[in-house]
Amino acid sequence: MQKTLTMMQRELGAYFLSPIAYVVTAVFVFTSGLVFGLGVFQPGGEASLRELFDVWMLLILVFVLPMLTMRLFSEELRSGTIETLMTAPITETQVVLGKFLGAFAFFLVLLGTLILYPILLASYGPVDFRLLLCNLLGLLLLGGLYLSVGLFFSVCTRHQIIAVLVSFVLLALLTFAAQGLAPYVAWAWPRVLLQQLSIRAHFHEFVRGMLDLNHVVFFLSTTAAFLFFTVKMLEKRRW
Amino acid sequence: MIDVQHLSKRYGSFQAVDDISFEVERGDVVGFLGPNGAGKTTTIRILTCYHPASSGSATVAGFDVFSQSLEVRRRIGYLPEAAPLYTEMRVREYLRFRGKLRGMTHPDIVKAIGRVTDLCWLSEFIDRPIGQLSKGMRQRVGLADAIMHDPEVLILDEPTIGLDPTQIRETRNLIKDLGARHTILLSSHILPEVEQVCSRTIIIANGKIVAGGSPAELREKLSSKGRIVAEVRGPRPEIETGVRSISGVQKVDISNVDGWVRVSVESSPERDVREDIFRLTSSNGWSLREIHREGGTLEDFFIQVISEQAGDRAAREKTPVGWDGPRVTGNLKR
Repeated sequence: MQKTLTMMQRELGAYFLSPIAYVVTAVFVFTSGLVFGLGVFQPGGEASLRELFDVWMLLILVFVLPMLTMRLFSEELRSGTIETLMTAPITETQVVLGKFLGAFAFFLVLLGTLILYPILLASYGPVDFRLLLCNLLGLLLLGGLYLSVGLFFSVCTRHQIIAVLVSFVLLALLTFAAQGLAPYVAWAWPRVLLQQLSIRAHFHEFVRGMLDLNHVVFFLSTTAAFLFFTVKMLEKRRW
Repeated sequence: MIDVQHLSKRYGSFQAVDDISFEVERGDVVGFLGPNGAGKTTTIRILTCYHPASSGSATVAGFDVFSQSLEVRRRIGYLPEAAPLYTEMRVREYLRFRGKLRGMTHPDIVKAIGRVTDLCWLSEFIDRPIGQLSKGMRQRVGLADAIMHDPEVLILDEPTIGLDPTQIRETRNLIKDLGARHTILLSSHILPEVEQVCSRTIIIANGKIVAGGSPAELREKLSSKGRIVAEVRGPRPEIETGVRSISGVQKVDISNVDGWVRVSVESSPERDVREDIFRLTSSNGWSLREIHREGGTLEDFFIQVISEQAGDRAAREKTPVGWDGPRVTGNLKR
């Protein structure tokens, strides 16, 4: 546990020393601000962030989160620091969890920049804070899944560009295309699987304010699966 | 401290390490010597639990590198080749991080950082980002990291590669000092380096241990191994057959040098064939302008071992030619 936290601290610290993280933050703040200003914060509009969260936030995060995770392992593989790291007394699981939590903590920093929007809305009309909490929970779960997918592809390659592109394509497919593609699949069980894997459909329930355990379990289990794959990929070197 | 038994490692069809066994006693400074690609780094990576072995076993400080990997990793300090570091961190930050990874307490870490900065001359740049440091400084940071938890076993992969001559000397002195407190296994492809620093050497080529002993013994083997070079004027084919027929001659190289035939002869160490060559030339009436003995160099030795292994493979189990010192494949205990 202590070592996981040490690892997390290092990764979070490394973000603040890397130019990529600042660019990512800028892109995140700019795009979410744009959507909020042009789409949500309009006279006569609804005092909620549904408009922002429903499609736009997914699009932004699909782009932004793989950029946060791409260096976590690829950089270590490229520079050889993975060797000093894995010959220290720390297990693969501790390393993976530590890196994941480091990225997640930075994701929280990103989400923190959104805090201004509900405050602005509240000064113009009543904001349903329970809906907002439900949205936030959805965002946290979604972010966790995206980060774990990004982390997995980062451990697969020493090239950050490959890691970021592959995670981007997979996440974009699962988020936006899975549901649209499903009707074209002829066989029954792959069709159902594709429908079930549609990230956007699961996330949509949180945006609507529906807190259904089904969807919580979906996000938690897929995140855990990708973290598990990441640990296995890292252990592969030992076999 | 380190006990390696019949260790092998293959990558696909490539046999990187082939059935090696050796032991390192507590307090030894052992040099692992071999040409590039001999299997030094692979062996070291197995000992540091980075890669698994394909077969065989290895224990470090009494723990198995495969099944008790965490225990082993707690007890070793490892400096990989090229000393990879996190370039965005400052030296002190990095050492603190590494200390925490090893489960050291905060006061211990502070004390250890003070100790290793003195030992590795890091004090002037302890608060500089690692990315700004030169290769030699980074090497010292890597070394500081390897010794900060006072490990029982120190494993250094090519610790002086890429350093300038002054830094090489400093690093060697540092390793010598460390040898008083730690068991050290270091790899190198430079004989003088190993001679200066180590109490014992293990020579590895093509994944096999080919010789071992103290640096002085090794030097002796290399020089006794020397070859005889003679320059003779006469018909080349007759000279060649004549020299080959001398008993004890193992290998003959013939070349033409400005009208003379240059004969380079390798023989078994207990046989001095110079007199035989002289007799051969005088009985045939050939003139002889030079005959001398060349001391073997480590490079020669490596080349010879490698070609010999290739020959061995071709004619398995036939009497090996060339090197016939102690063919160490079993234990190398002193």
